[in-house]
Amino acid sequence: MSKKPFSLHVDLSAFDPASEQDKAYMVQMRPSSTFFKDGVKRLVKNKVAFVSLIMIVLIALSSVILPMVWPYSYDQQLGVVPGKPVDSSYNNLAPFTYGRAEQKKIDAGEKVFPHVFGTDAMGRDYFIRVVYGARISLAIGFFASIIVLIIGITIGSVAGYCGGKVDIFIMRIVDIIYSLPDMLMVILLATTLKASGLEKAIEGTVLEKIGANIISLFIVFGVLYWVSMSRLIRGQILSLREQEYVLAAQAAGAKGRWIIAKHLIPNCISVVIISTALQIPSAIFTESYLSFLGLGVNAPMPSLGSLASDALNGISSYPYRLVIPAVIISLIVLSLNLLGDGLRDAFDPKLNA
Amino acid sequence: MNTKTLAYILKRIGLAILTVWVVITVTFFVMHAVPGGPFLSEKSPSPAVRAALEAKYGLDKPRFEQYTTYLNDILHLDFGPSIKQRGQQVSTIIMDGMKVSVKLGVIAAGCALACGVVLGAVAALRRNKLIDRIIMVVTTAFVSMPSFIMGSLLLVVFVVKLQLLPGNGSAQSGPAGLVLPIITLALYPMAYITRLTRSSMLDVLGQDYIRTARAKGVSGRRIIFGHALKNSLIPVITYVGPMLAYIVTGSLVVEKIFAVAGVGRAFVNSIINRDYPLVMGTTIVLAVLIVVMNLLSDILYKVVDPRISFD
Repeated sequence: MSKKPFSLHVDLSAFDPASEQDKAYMVQMRPSSTFFKDGVKRLVKNKVAFVSLIMIVLIALSSVILPMVWPYSYDQQLGVVPGKPVDSSYNNLAPFTYGRAEQKKIDAGEKVFPHVFGTDAMGRDYFIRVVYGARISLAIGFFASIIVLIIGITIGSVAGYCGGKVDIFIMRIVDIIYSLPDMLMVILLATTLKASGLEKAIEGTVLEKIGANIISLFIVFGVLYWVSMSRLIRGQILSLREQEYVLAAQAAGAKGRWIIAKHLIPNCISVVIISTALQIPSAIFTESYLSFLGLGVNAPMPSLGSLASDALNGISSYPYRLVIPAVIISLIVLSLNLLGDGLRDAFDPKLNA
Repeated sequence: MNTKTLAYILKRIGLAILTVWVVITVTFFVMHAVPGGPFLSEKSPSPAVRAALEAKYGLDKPRFEQYTTYLNDILHLDFGPSIKQRGQQVSTIIMDGMKVSVKLGVIAAGCALACGVVLGAVAALRRNKLIDRIIMVVTTAFVSMPSFIMGSLLLVVFVVKLQLLPGNGSAQSGPAGLVLPIITLALYPMAYITRLTRSSMLDVLGQDYIRTARAKGVSGRRIIFGHALKNSLIPVITYVGPMLAYIVTGSLVVEKIFAVAGVGRAFVNSIINRDYPLVMGTTIVLAVLIVVMNLLSDILYKVVDPRISFD
């Protein structure tokens, strides 16, 4: 082909096909990252949040595993052996001391598992009771938050999608529940729900094992605490509906369901994660508060709040029995709060304040 | 004050009244849904005695009639006689308890506000210095410590170990007995206010008008007290309502721990005893208190800062 000096044709000979090396160079170096990977990366970088996460995982794991391997159980009164008089030497043991029968065994050269935190006034190993208490507090916090999450998302998204009268109606109810003094209502309901037939209603079902007190606690959470979550979700969805990318998706021909599933929900998810994470410590706090007032878990099951409450009776002789659950509960609440803050920083770039 | 603000205030007042009505209704029906009634915990009286007792306290009338009578009585601030404490009016029991509890709560709230604002301002002005770090670490610890844990730990340290203060807040141990309950109640709100003041102060210090004041040559002290502090206290106003709610619920456990003869203890005891009129009376009084304080702090917030718009 003859070359014309002023032709605008592209001169193909000036271009070389890319060699393998060039191709490798052009490939994106970083693997593509999803929203979650991004968030997790930021979370791991945040030292405070990461340490809190490790702390929570440690407490949760030990509260699950330790009761399996520990030789004592939380409701076993060590001094009470069927067919023998009650051995009161087991009651109120100091840490790393032993009951009479155990002392004999030790003298005879046998090994006895130590009572790390001693025993309580009824001769029960205190360490395992604390572990069990932590387990129950964590479980209640977790499940209560799940209940709140489900109810909150459902009602909040209904209010947000439907708008109009439905929205106004739901938001009025939310306003009223929101301005109720929550703790007073929780106490009132926790006291009365158990007495008003709940115990009979759950008799013979799986729920009986959990105990009427905890069930009524869950009900109270379900009734009262969904409001802030649903407010949040509604607000998110209302504002997200007006975003340009929703308009763009509509212009591209996307249907309502697609927009909701692919655009609205993923953009709410960070808010959902954060507020659920922050709900857990508040649930744990409420449970321990109620247990402390004597409205929480059924005896002999321990929770950190009821352990602290019981310890008040012998506070001058055995202050450590109060300090141990107190420290653990503060540790759990503190690390969950810090983790929640970390999650907010990691998953909500818009909220970077 | 423009019409919009007025409309907002009226709407908030309407909501508050509605809330109080819901509290009264829920309390009434919930307490009456409980089987057994108030006379079961005693040596179960004969049917005749029981009927006489029920007639005396109006428990034999139809539920709805009881409800309307009750609503009417409450409007006249009459909560009826206590079922468990013979010959005592519920309103007198509540008033007696209030004298102690209000004193406790007001002092605690005052301490929390004063210390919180000062510490928060100090932390903001000495940002990232050692003192700021210390204040932030300590307040973070306080914020995540439930009031009953705080109270119990104070009890262990000051009463059991050091034996500095009486652990009993009843009248005979005098004002010294109220020191620990007040500290227990005040620590959490104080820590919260500290953090609130610090962050809003930092926000204000970054504003343009502070820079303008600096450029004008206003002295550092005047900038802090005349410009920054005043404006950074606005968010603190919103916290006054929730703080009161916290102090009210906190006083339930604190009064239990330190044996203070206040409303909180009366409430806890009445729940255990199933003393219906006392439970309802206390719940309603405390709820009204919380709702009114929330209302006032919301309205005050709106009036103080006209930039804030509510939907």
